[in-house]
Amino acid sequence: MTRQSVTRQSMTGASILWECLEREGVQHVFGYPGGAILPAYDALKGSKIHHILVRHEQGATHMADGYARASGQVGVAVATSGPGATNMVTGIATAMLDSSPIVCITGQVGSKLIGSDAFQETDITGVTLPITKHNYLVTHASEVARTIREAFYVARSGRPGPVLVDITKDAQQSTCEFDWEAAKPQLPGYRPDLSPDRKEYEQALELIHNSKRPVILAGHGIIISGAMNEVREFAERAGIPVALTLLGLGAFPASHPLNLGMMGMHGEAWVNHTIQEADLLLAFGMRFDDRVTGNLKTYASNAKKIHIEIDPAEINKNVKVDVPLVGDLREVLHELLPHVESIDRSEWLDSIDRLKGDAAVRDIQNLPDSGHLYAAHVINDLWRETRDGDTVVVTDVGQHQMWEAQYYKHEKPRSLITSGGLGTMGFALPAGIGAKVARPEADVWVVVGDGGFQMTLCELATIVQEKLKVNIAIINNGFLGMVRQWQEFFYERNYAATPLLNPDFAKLGEAYGIRSMTVTERSQVVPSVQSARQHDGPVLINFRVEQEDTVYPMVAAGASLHEMIRRPSKIVETAADE
Amino acid sequence: MLNTYVVYVENKPGVLTRVASLFRRRAFNIDSLTVGRTEKPEVSRMTITVDADQDQARRIEANLYKLVNVLLVENITNQPAIVRDLAMIKVAATHEARSHVLELASVFRARVVDVAPESLTIEITGAEDKIDGLLEVLRPYGVLEMVRTGIVAMRRGKSSSTVSTATTTDQDVAEEDVSHSV
Repeated sequence: MTRQSVTRQSMTGASILWECLEREGVQHVFGYPGGAILPAYDALKGSKIHHILVRHEQGATHMADGYARASGQVGVAVATSGPGATNMVTGIATAMLDSSPIVCITGQVGSKLIGSDAFQETDITGVTLPITKHNYLVTHASEVARTIREAFYVARSGRPGPVLVDITKDAQQSTCEFDWEAAKPQLPGYRPDLSPDRKEYEQALELIHNSKRPVILAGHGIIISGAMNEVREFAERAGIPVALTLLGLGAFPASHPLNLGMMGMHGEAWVNHTIQEADLLLAFGMRFDDRVTGNLKTYASNAKKIHIEIDPAEINKNVKVDVPLVGDLREVLHELLPHVESIDRSEWLDSIDRLKGDAAVRDIQNLPDSGHLYAAHVINDLWRETRDGDTVVVTDVGQHQMWEAQYYKHEKPRSLITSGGLGTMGFALPAGIGAKVARPEADVWVVVGDGGFQMTLCELATIVQEKLKVNIAIINNGFLGMVRQWQEFFYERNYAATPLLNPDFAKLGEAYGIRSMTVTERSQVVPSVQSARQHDGPVLINFRVEQEDTVYPMVAAGASLHEMIRRPSKIVETAADE
Repeated sequence: MLNTYVVYVENKPGVLTRVASLFRRRAFNIDSLTVGRTEKPEVSRMTITVDADQDQARRIEANLYKLVNVLLVENITNQPAIVRDLAMIKVAATHEARSHVLELASVFRARVVDVAPESLTIEITGAEDKIDGLLEVLRPYGVLEMVRTGIVAMRRGKSSSTVSTATTTDQDVAEEDVSHSV
C-alpha cells in the first residue's frame, strides 16, 4: 500500500495511531498491553513498527527516554489505562526534568465511562499535568491524527519534554476518515522559537571582551541543540575554559586542554574554585541547578553572568543574570561567533592550573594497590578498555554515577546517559535497553548500583527476549552507598536502612540466560570487560567493590561551592580500614 | 506587590486547571482569578492577580507562556487600566434600618436588587477598595451573605489586548518572529 492511497480513507482510531507514528518516523515502541489499549495492540499487526514488550511500564518510559537521549529522536512508550498509566509516572517525571523528548500513549476507559470510577480508570492527564510538557485526552477517532502530530511537535521542539496522549477505548475502535494533510498541528499559543534582540547580543559581547577570568558552564542544552562544534570554536577562539554539568558531559571533549571537568556537588575542587573566582560566567544550556551552585548567596559573587537558554522561565530563576540570551543555543552562538575576539587568557588558565594543587595526589587512581577493589578503579578500567569505540555508558543514580562522571572521560555527546534532575534509581537498565535499540551498533554499558539494579531488574527478561547485546556492570557494595555516605558525614554513621542483603547477581543473571560473572579483584576487571565485549550476547558482571567508600570531593547540600569535603590526602584508605 | 495579568487562553477543557496548577506548583499565591468568554468563541480571557515581586512577576509570565494553551499574557500592573470587582451583599434591614441602608447604597452608587421583609440585597460594581468601603459601613447592620466575583481588568484608551487565533501549522510557528521580554 503506498502512502498516496492511504491519504484519505476510513480507518479505525487504532490504525490511525500506528499510521501517524510511522509517519512521524517511529520505528520502535516500548510497551505493555492491557484492556483499554487492546484495540491499538490489535491494529499493531498491520504496522512496520517493532514493539518491544517490557516487564513494567516504568521500564517502557525509561527505555523511550534512553532511546531519545541516545539518538536525539522522540522515544515512544505505550501502556494501558489505570495502573499501566500510573506506572509510567516516574519515567515521565524523569524525562521532564532532563528535557527528554518522549511521547507516552495510554489507553483510557470508554468515553462514556469516564468519571464513573470504572475498572482501571485513572485520570492520567490530571495525574501527569505537572510532569508533562503537555498532555491530551482523546475521545474521538477523528482527533487521533492531529493530536499525535501535535504531541511529536511539542515533544521535540523548543525545550524538549514528555507528552502524554490518553486515548479512550472507543476512540481507538471507532472509524473516521483519515487525512494526514488536514491534521496539521494547531498550536496558536506555542512559541518554541524565541531569539534574542541585537542589543542583548552587544551587551553579551561587551561582557565577554572585558572579562579577564571567564568560564563557560556547559550544560545538556549543548547536546540537545547540537552545538558541540560552536561551543568548541567559541571556547578556543576566546580562550575560555569549560566546566560541565553532569548532563553536559560529552558536550565538550574531556581531553581538550580547555576542559576543566564536572562542576558542582561532586565536581573537582579546582573546577568549583575556578567558578568562584571567575569574573564572568557563560551559562550555555544549563539551569543553575542547586547541585551545581551550592549556596546561592555565595555563588560566583564576583562574576557577571550571561545565560544562553531556550526556556525563558529559566532566566533569573535561581541565579540573577546580567544578560539573558533566550533562544536556541546553536543559533545564538552562530550569531555571536563572528564577533568574538581572540583574547590571550593564559594568565587565567595558568592560575587555574595552580588551583589543581594536590588533587592528583588525592586521586583514588594514584593510591597504592591495597588489594581492595574500588568502584573508581572499575570505572576507570572500563573507560580505558572502551574509550576508542562507539560506547554509550548508561548509569543509575548514586555513588557509582558520580564516580562514572569523575573517572569515565567522555569525548562525544550522547556517550553518557544518566538521570540528573530527578535522580531516578532504577533508570539505568531500562534506559540502557532503549539506548541499544536506538543505536544497535554501539557498545552499551549499563553501570548500576546494587540498589538501583533491583528496582527494575525485571527488564533483564526484555534484554533476553529482544536478543539485545547490553553489558551490565553492577557496582555492588552491599549498601545504598550515597545515602550511607550522607549518614556517614551528617548523621553520625547511623546507617539506618542502608545495608542491603543481596542475592547472588551472577546466579540471577544466569537464571535469565545471561552470561554472568563476579569480580572481586582489580586484576580481574580488564579481562572481565574484554570477555564481555567479545561475547555475542548480553553479559552481567557483578563487581564486589569496597563497602564503605566515599565520593570525594563533596559540597554539602546548602554549603558554598568552595567549601568542599576533600578526600584526606594522607590517609589513603577509607573508613572501612580505620 | 499585587500584579495584575490579562491572560488569553484557548477555550478548551482543562485549561483553567493547567493555569491554576501552575501557580500551585511554582508556589505563587493567587489573590484572584476570573475567567470568562471573549468576543471570539475559541478564546477565553482570564484576569489574575498575584502577590509577587518584580522577578517573580517576570517568571510567572514566562511560566504562563510555557503552557501550550496560553495565547497571550500581559502584565498590566503599571498601566492605566479599569479594574472592576462585583459584589452582592445581603444586609439585615428591618423597618428602622432600611432607610439608612438605602442611603448608604446610594452614596456608593450601589443598586438594590432584592427587597425582602427582613433584608436588602445590594449590588455594587467598582474597584476593590470601594466595595471594601461599602462592606465596612454595612457591617453594623448585619451582613447576612456576600459574594464577590474577583476582579476583571482592561487597559484604558488605545492599548488593547487582542489575540489572533488564525490556524497555525508547525511551519507557521517556526516562521513566526516572536520575542518577549523575560
